[in-house]
Amino acid sequence: MSRFIERHPIWSLIILLVLALLAWLIFAVWPPGLEEAIGRKKVFLSAVFNGITLGGLYFLVASGFTLIFGLMRNVNLAHGSLYLLGGYVGYGVSAATGSWILAFVAAFIVVAAIGVLLQLLVFRRMEGQDLRQTMVTIGLSIVFADLMLWAFGGDFYQIQTPAWLIGPVQLPLMTAMKSSGEAVFLQYPLVRLVIFCGSVVIGVAMWLALNRTRVGMIVRAGVDDREILAATGVQIQLVFVLVFALGAGLAGIAGVVGGTFQSISPGEDTRFLLASLVVVIVGGMGSIPGAALGALIIGLAEQLGSVYIPTYAIVVTFLIMVLVLALRPQGLLARR
Amino acid sequence: MSLIQEARARESMLAGGAARQPAAWSATEQPWAWAVSALLLIMPLIANGFFLIEIFGTTLILGTIALSLMFLAGYGGMVSLMQLTIAGFAGYMVAVFGVSGNANISLGWPWWLAPPMALVLAVLFGTLGGALAVRTEGIYTIMITLAIGAAFYYFTNQNWAIFNGHTGINTIATPHFLGVDWRMDVAFYYLTLAVAALCYFAVLYLSRAPFGLALQGVRDNPRRMAALGFNVNAHRIAAYAFAALIAGMGGVLQVWNYRQISPGSVAVERCIDILIVAVVGGITRPVGPYIGAFIFVILRTFALDFLVKVGLDGNRFRLLIGLGFLAIVFWSSDGVIGLYERWRRRSEASEPRSRPGGHGHG
Repeated sequence: MSRFIERHPIWSLIILLVLALLAWLIFAVWPPGLEEAIGRKKVFLSAVFNGITLGGLYFLVASGFTLIFGLMRNVNLAHGSLYLLGGYVGYGVSAATGSWILAFVAAFIVVAAIGVLLQLLVFRRMEGQDLRQTMVTIGLSIVFADLMLWAFGGDFYQIQTPAWLIGPVQLPLMTAMKSSGEAVFLQYPLVRLVIFCGSVVIGVAMWLALNRTRVGMIVRAGVDDREILAATGVQIQLVFVLVFALGAGLAGIAGVVGGTFQSISPGEDTRFLLASLVVVIVGGMGSIPGAALGALIIGLAEQLGSVYIPTYAIVVTFLIMVLVLALRPQGLLARR
Repeated sequence: MSLIQEARARESMLAGGAARQPAAWSATEQPWAWAVSALLLIMPLIANGFFLIEIFGTTLILGTIALSLMFLAGYGGMVSLMQLTIAGFAGYMVAVFGVSGNANISLGWPWWLAPPMALVLAVLFGTLGGALAVRTEGIYTIMITLAIGAAFYYFTNQNWAIFNGHTGINTIATPHFLGVDWRMDVAFYYLTLAVAALCYFAVLYLSRAPFGLALQGVRDNPRRMAALGFNVNAHRIAAYAFAALIAGMGGVLQVWNYRQISPGSVAVERCIDILIVAVVGGITRPVGPYIGAFIFVILRTFALDFLVKVGLDGNRFRLLIGLGFLAIVFWSSDGVIGLYERWRRRSEASEPRSRPGGHGHG
């Protein structure tokens, strides 16, 4: 952090200013002129919160994608299909048992198992052949998409939010001041906050596991030099399978989250594959903190964009990607 | 670029060391190449309107768009998934500048002005996208071009001022000149054939011209080419510009063919279809995309009937395509052409065996 500030004083200043402006916009009572210019604070705050929670969802999908790529150089363009499959499994389980938690468990296990099969049957046979992996996973995603369309049809499915999470919660953030001087606070759906906290916990746990445990050490060593790691006697294929299972399982969990927030339907697989592509391009391939930062940026850009410049919302996301590519082609937080 | 290198390596290995020119497949020395050309020329005499346009015309258009991908991937080592986006952009520009049912959007330019304008803009678009994509390599290029394609798709969906949102632009006028309605079946077929032939021979010519040779050098060893004084990125961007011109021509024909364009025609799935077409046909030779397009169009047109006939759900067309694509990628990195050549070599080397080497997967 301090090295970054030393090296890029101007960029640090700009980032600091943007963060300060954002903080001011969130916490301050807006002066009347501002409300007239860009609309009500409640709308802005909701967009910010929607963006952050959507970022949490994007992080769940993209972290699995980037984890698999970072360690194994495996380009899994069927990652979106794993997301969608997780959503369908989660919907099936929660509809059958009525348990939301069980939906997560089932989605994780089923999708992780599919991930293990993918690693064993497909990726092991074409290690180091980027392009072939890309083609094969594109083919697989077409096959998966059609199989899921066959099994579940073209309907929209929504996973039922459990009773204890339904309803809004009042946040200690003022949206407006009534004429009587009484403050109005922001109401926000509890389930989105809980899920966001969940994804933060998962992210922190992953970071800790990668940086503080022995298995994490093995994984990081594998990212840097696979051959030497294998030569030291580590069963690298087993590590690969485990990481693939974890990455795929995360996509499955994300599917349940997506099914609760939004809905599950054909086409969501491509949408989330593209979202994770953009997120890891912005954040840096193979980096978990990069995925978190990228997810936050893209989530915020999408939601704020769709509120304030609805026609060009997608262009904003895209411009961010272009800007990052132009200034730092390897992504914001990538090491290489 | 393992796929292409692998295919090339095997090719030169099988050729027994002697540098075999890819010419054998593309040049006119092969008797059946003449036969195919003659067949294509007299097609209107044998095929009815449906086959002429729905099968052969569509194949030629799709093949031309895939040819631009083949040029980038085969000679430049850059797999771009935005070629259909460029084609769609050119199509949209024809609709915007030319005459269409949406009078408040279309500017009403005549037929000889709107398509060139569309092509210029498409080349500009492709060059800009290429300039962005060449900053990265290999798998990153795929991701970035895919992201560009997706961004364009969502943008056309959202933008009503130029692209008319998700309804798109309808009843686009087609050219009438020299007293011919160029959208009539036979005239349109010859138009697509002429454009496809032009693009095919342009790519063939360029692959042996200094620029194409330099591009292949850049594909095989960029550092060495840089050391020799070639501007590697400039060559790559120029390749994108040329590919954009080809894709743009395909796009103009496409929009004349369907007379309408909407975000659905530039969706991400369509972008991937182009990759499938190029890979299934064979990505190392200009003729590959046309073979791939023919297989794709045949499958798309007849899979429904076929599937119903064998007692399956007719909607499983994409499953069939996906499985065929998987099979091709698994067993032949050089597409159908590679399968055919391996089969021919095997039958030449030993006694002709009865087993065809999986010819016709896809």
